[in-house]
Amino acid sequence: MMEILAKAPVEPVGDVTYATAEGLLGSVWLLVAIPLVSAAILLLLGRRADRWGHWLGVASVGVAFLLGLTYFFQLRGLENRSVELSLWDFIAVGELRVDFGLLFDPLAAVFVLLITGVGSLIHLYAVEYMAHDPGRRRFFAYFNLFVAAMLLLVLGNNYVMLFFGWEGVGLASYLLISFWYVRPAAATAGKKAFLMNRVGDAGLLIGIFIMFATLGTTQYDEVFTGVGSLTATTVLLLGLLLLLGAAGKSGQFPLQAWLPDAMEGPTPVSALIHAATMVTAGVYLIARSNPIFSANSTLQLVVVSVGALTLLLGAIIGMAKDDIKRVLAWSTVSQIGYMFLGVGLGGAAYALAIVHLLAHGFFKANMFLGAGSVMHGMKDQVDIRRFGGLAKYMKITWLTFMAGWLAIIGLPPFSGFFSKEPIIVAAFERDDWTAWLFGMAALLGAGLTAFYMTRLFVLTFHGPARWTEEIDHPHESPKLMTIPLILLAVGSIGAGALMVGPVPEWLEATAGLGGGSEAAHETVLSHLAITILSIGVTVIGAGLAWFLFRRGTATEPQPAGVLVTAARKNLYTDAVNETVFEKPGIFLTRALVYLDNRGIDGLVNALAAGVGGGSGRLRRLQTGFVRSYATSILAGALLVVAAFLAVEAGWLV
Amino acid sequence: MSELKLPSIDYAALAPTLILLGAALVGVLVEAFVPRRRRHVVQLAVALLAVLGALTMVVLNANDRLITIGGAIAIDGPALFLQGAILVLAAMALLLIGERTVERGGAFVAQAAVTAESADDRRQAEGAPGATEVYPLTSFAVGGMLIFVAANDLLTMFIALEVLSLPLYLLCALARRRRLLSQEAAMKYFLLGAYASAFFLFGVALVYGFTAGIPGRAAGVDFATIHAAVAESPSSSVLLFGGMAMIAIGLLFKAGAAPFHVWTPDVYQGAPTPITGFMAACTKVAAFGALLRVFHVAFEGARWDFTPVLGTVAVLTMLVGAVLAVTQTDIKRLLAYSSIANAGYLLVGVLAPTSDGVSGTMFYLVAYGFSVLAAFAVVTLVRDADGEATHLSRWAGLGQRSPFYAGLFTFILLAFAGIPLTSGFTSKFAVFSAAFDGGQGWLVIAGVLTSMVLAFPYLRVVVLMWLSEPGESTPAVVMPGWLTSAALTIGVVATLVLGVFPQPLLDLAAGAAEFVR
Repeated sequence: MMEILAKAPVEPVGDVTYATAEGLLGSVWLLVAIPLVSAAILLLLGRRADRWGHWLGVASVGVAFLLGLTYFFQLRGLENRSVELSLWDFIAVGELRVDFGLLFDPLAAVFVLLITGVGSLIHLYAVEYMAHDPGRRRFFAYFNLFVAAMLLLVLGNNYVMLFFGWEGVGLASYLLISFWYVRPAAATAGKKAFLMNRVGDAGLLIGIFIMFATLGTTQYDEVFTGVGSLTATTVLLLGLLLLLGAAGKSGQFPLQAWLPDAMEGPTPVSALIHAATMVTAGVYLIARSNPIFSANSTLQLVVVSVGALTLLLGAIIGMAKDDIKRVLAWSTVSQIGYMFLGVGLGGAAYALAIVHLLAHGFFKANMFLGAGSVMHGMKDQVDIRRFGGLAKYMKITWLTFMAGWLAIIGLPPFSGFFSKEPIIVAAFERDDWTAWLFGMAALLGAGLTAFYMTRLFVLTFHGPARWTEEIDHPHESPKLMTIPLILLAVGSIGAGALMVGPVPEWLEATAGLGGGSEAAHETVLSHLAITILSIGVTVIGAGLAWFLFRRGTATEPQPAGVLVTAARKNLYTDAVNETVFEKPGIFLTRALVYLDNRGIDGLVNALAAGVGGGSGRLRRLQTGFVRSYATSILAGALLVVAAFLAVEAGWLV
Repeated sequence: MSELKLPSIDYAALAPTLILLGAALVGVLVEAFVPRRRRHVVQLAVALLAVLGALTMVVLNANDRLITIGGAIAIDGPALFLQGAILVLAAMALLLIGERTVERGGAFVAQAAVTAESADDRRQAEGAPGATEVYPLTSFAVGGMLIFVAANDLLTMFIALEVLSLPLYLLCALARRRRLLSQEAAMKYFLLGAYASAFFLFGVALVYGFTAGIPGRAAGVDFATIHAAVAESPSSSVLLFGGMAMIAIGLLFKAGAAPFHVWTPDVYQGAPTPITGFMAACTKVAAFGALLRVFHVAFEGARWDFTPVLGTVAVLTMLVGAVLAVTQTDIKRLLAYSSIANAGYLLVGVLAPTSDGVSGTMFYLVAYGFSVLAAFAVVTLVRDADGEATHLSRWAGLGQRSPFYAGLFTFILLAFAGIPLTSGFTSKFAVFSAAFDGGQGWLVIAGVLTSMVLAFPYLRVVVLMWLSEPGESTPAVVMPGWLTSAALTIGVVATLVLGVFPQPLLDLAAGAAEFVR
């Protein structure tokens, strides 16, 4: 342990300074305000806004995108490309000062463009997708609320502001997953997402308090400048807590279970929140906090391990799923694993992870919306075993989905190749034997990805039709849905190649992300060999899947070996969660209810309320006995007095 | 016979208390001499004017730092801040108490002596004007609270405790409907309150014994003497610790901390809702004001000894409140458990050993008071022919029936859940960061974890209101009268403002965080 800590400090970042926002950039707060105001209008006007509300929702995000573009070009012309806008002193007590401020720097800028750009396309798609839903206006209100919170998350200039956005997106996500509340599964999934996120949030919040206690600030610039003065143990603890937060939000091991269940929400929600934006918040957190993570190599090792483990976990489970959205969801878990791998590797790989994040935002949103389009034409069915041969019936969906498929499996010249392959190379660049470990994991992941995505693609669009009886003629989706698909498909094809050069260069101006200038590491394998290998495993994986599934598949679950059964059961991670968290939680609740006899009465009341109404019920609302209360107070009093006397006698302290 | 020396009395500094107690006496006379028809308006006006007058005096006294009336009362920063808080929140509570348009005749029973559930009782429930004795009773309670937070010795504190408690016991019994429940709540509160008072008084006696024998100082229960005794008393420290424990028990009972919280859900549920709001806001301020003073002034020297014990109480309180809130099916009981959990967070602030802890706790009390009064204001509005519909199943789909009030309630619940940009976040942040700074990291971790759990029941209500279809039994929200509207508006606006611009109040609290000895 001591050895690990001793080699901890890798490279102090040096002083971090941000310029003050001036001119047009002084209005950067509008980015958050516009969607927020739109959400408020939609919620407050109620039914009166039903007719035009969705268009207001689309327009607000569209305007935010245009504004984001303008700010982006403004930023390009500046010397110090990190501008801060302090709106007001939020909390200032004694030493403690929290600024209500925004930071617009290269990292924030690319996130803003991703969120508003992909976001406005998904909004547009949702206009049609939700057309027959009576709650469409409410849906757009939550959607706008989500965008505002997400923008706040990436635009804050300190950890408390980040936490504001963090909670906001969590809340919006909970509301949107539970949107179809009449389905019990949706309500349960909403709860699960909420609870797992809370675990992560608690980690993040305690991390923020540690920053306060040790550095006296949560402003990014001051934290990053001061991180060199912390002990290695503090940095490790701080980083692990931040990582816990990131893992919760991004569905990484061990908090991955909520993300696939979150697919119970409407498909545009899955596309925007659970594929393109919110789930990448964890990657953002780690990239933003890179001076903390770079300051401790143990910490980086943990992040890399989490990433590698999750990318394999997601890919293996993804191979065994038959629900089109679940496969995509596990694929998201797996792809974010690649991003964690990238940010964990540190140095130049930070930028690579961000490139992959952006490329993923395009192709995953594309495929989710494609899945939505398929479901739209297939009466909301999701079982890929009951699809097949849809290429003929939905040409546009087929072609756009194909673009996404080629992008994610990473064949050149599609975007996944340019974004994923460098991460694999970077994994091979580590200094010791772990280069092989993580390199091979990333390589294996690429092969598995090719397999399960090809399986999904072939089973859905090719082979014989295996539709259920109620479907006679699948139809293509209307234009409002296909236009966003086409635009996203173009992005899926081109984004990677276009971004892999300029984006890392652009990101260099972000505090601590300028690691690209250091001398290139030696890889344990030659670069060319890795490239050939990664294309090789991809082709093998895809080819195998095509060979196995080109003639369709059984429409019922088949008996399977140990590994496939395990994968179908999410590698038993749910079972682990249940024994480790759920059971003790239930036990604790029961024990407290038992001790607190009013709690038992609460249950009795519930029962009474269920049995009948009227004033007779109230008679039975008689509550616990005073004598039992007095006894429990007496017991408590005895304990407190005993504790004090024990302290006095020196037994406790 | 030697000449009797009278202590000097600073009447200006005592004015807030005197005004309130005087107004209560006037209220009693009003009951006797003003015709029944006019009593409601006159009483409400007297009580509100007294509260506003007292508040004015608190503001005028803002720079006082003194001990008066023979060392019985300390008027210092925390006392003034907390008195101001109690008065502001009491004014809001009075607005709720005075409401008569939501329910014909108001929330209170017309004749407390009418047998519950008799024919007479049903007649009075149909709209006989409510008892107006509630105003003098409230004024007495507020007067007692004002003394409670400024008491500079344990006996004064005890008397103040009784002065504030006795009217509350009565007020709890005066609900117009569900009178059995209400009377049962009052009885329980009274019996258990008397029980807890006995602990407190016994503790005072033990501490008095402990202070005997300091060289050059008479025994006494004023805080300066206790403070000195903690440092240098030759007596057995068993007396000190036993006494400290029992005093703590008496105060923790009023604060609603586990395991002394058992009365809270019953009383909150049974009491008339405006009184529940009054207790949740004002009694909490008073109880924690007293806890702050006792543990930051009198027993300060024993900090390292009481912190682990009270810290355990705090953790237990947070846990009980948060976990049991999850299982509740009645909105008033849910809010009761939430108030228990909040008592735990407030204890974290009390245990932070710095003046930041004091100011954070005071900020928290104000912020929570505003929110909780607004929450109970909404509860009074959701009703059907039988009175308030407090069972949670009745709240399903409320968002579609009455989006505005459901929206307000959602906002308040989000504040309770500590979602940023509401006062719930800033106040938790203030106490937690003070405690973390003061080396009480374990309390903060427990606080963060339980507040994560506690968010769940709140969000469950939010989802219930917005994402469920209204059932046949979903009541409508009745239009509030201007009194309730005013209280609700103040509460919601304060919750928002303290969440977005908390700085002025934080400054005020920080400037008022030093006790005098």
